[in-house]
Amino acid sequence: MTAYTATVTVRLKHGVLDPEAETTRKALERLGFELDALRSADRFEIDLDAASAEEAKASAEEMAERLLANPTIHDYEVEVEER
Amino acid sequence: MTVAVVQFGGSNCDRDSVRALSHLGVDAERVWHEDGLPAETTGIVLPGGFSYGDYLRAGAMAARSPIMDEVRAAAEEGTPVLGVCNGAQIGCESGLVPGAFTTNRSARFQCERVHVRVENADTPWTDAYDAGDVLELPIAHGEGRFEIAAENYDRLEREDRILLRYCDADGDVTDAANPNGSTGNVAGVLGDRESVAVMMPHPERATLPDLDGTDGQGVLRGFRR
Repeated sequence: MTAYTATVTVRLKHGVLDPEAETTRKALERLGFELDALRSADRFEIDLDAASAEEAKASAEEMAERLLANPTIHDYEVEVEER
Repeated sequence: MTVAVVQFGGSNCDRDSVRALSHLGVDAERVWHEDGLPAETTGIVLPGGFSYGDYLRAGAMAARSPIMDEVRAAAEEGTPVLGVCNGAQIGCESGLVPGAFTTNRSARFQCERVHVRVENADTPWTDAYDAGDVLELPIAHGEGRFEIAAENYDRLEREDRILLRYCDADGDVTDAANPNGSTGNVAGVLGDRESVAVMMPHPERATLPDLDGTDGQGVLRGFRR
């Protein structure tokens, strides 16, 4: 078994309203920053042991499918690194 | 018959639900989620609150607790299940009903009285009303915006599974009367069976006569069948 860190990034699907990001954007503008848009995402860093990077990725994808993301509103991506 | 009001850590409308049901003559009791459903359960309320502190997403943790396997199995056998507010979020997260309730368009927690229009009066939850009736009910949520993929929304409409829509006092479904930006002004939906329903407004807070309005009684009477 090898030790991996799987990083799962969960973000709203394109087109789904993100009021928190919009509020954050406005606050940045109040601070004097100029920006065209702002998107937010959740990032989970999961330390796990697996036989291969593929297996670690598959495991993290199942975690995303079953809990970390809500398929109705979210897309997610998984990256795996040895740790 | 006993309606089980499932109490998670952070539920806070469980007592209100029991009291409102008792007022209507429905035998109800609180059930701690770790204890599982009692054998004599004839109905289930998933009450409002902030189960698991709304960690990850509202309802996400409670939806994956072991008692929800029992709730889903009971629902499939026809046991009436009503999810209110956080219970509605749990219902979506657990797949009892389609869609998701997420952050309000305002990005704020909103605690106010709203109007909803009865869309389908041919369900246990609404047969005390007529289609088109306007109810005044309280809402209290930060994540009540109903989101659903377009094809699934079309299916809900086609199958007449939209229970309630936010409207103005005259019953007109307008954007101005939509408190949270919900798709199609949806305030409540049915699951695969009409015995399963979720809604963001609180019928149990509009049931006792001394609490300013009793428009929610009809919803809870769904358990009297």
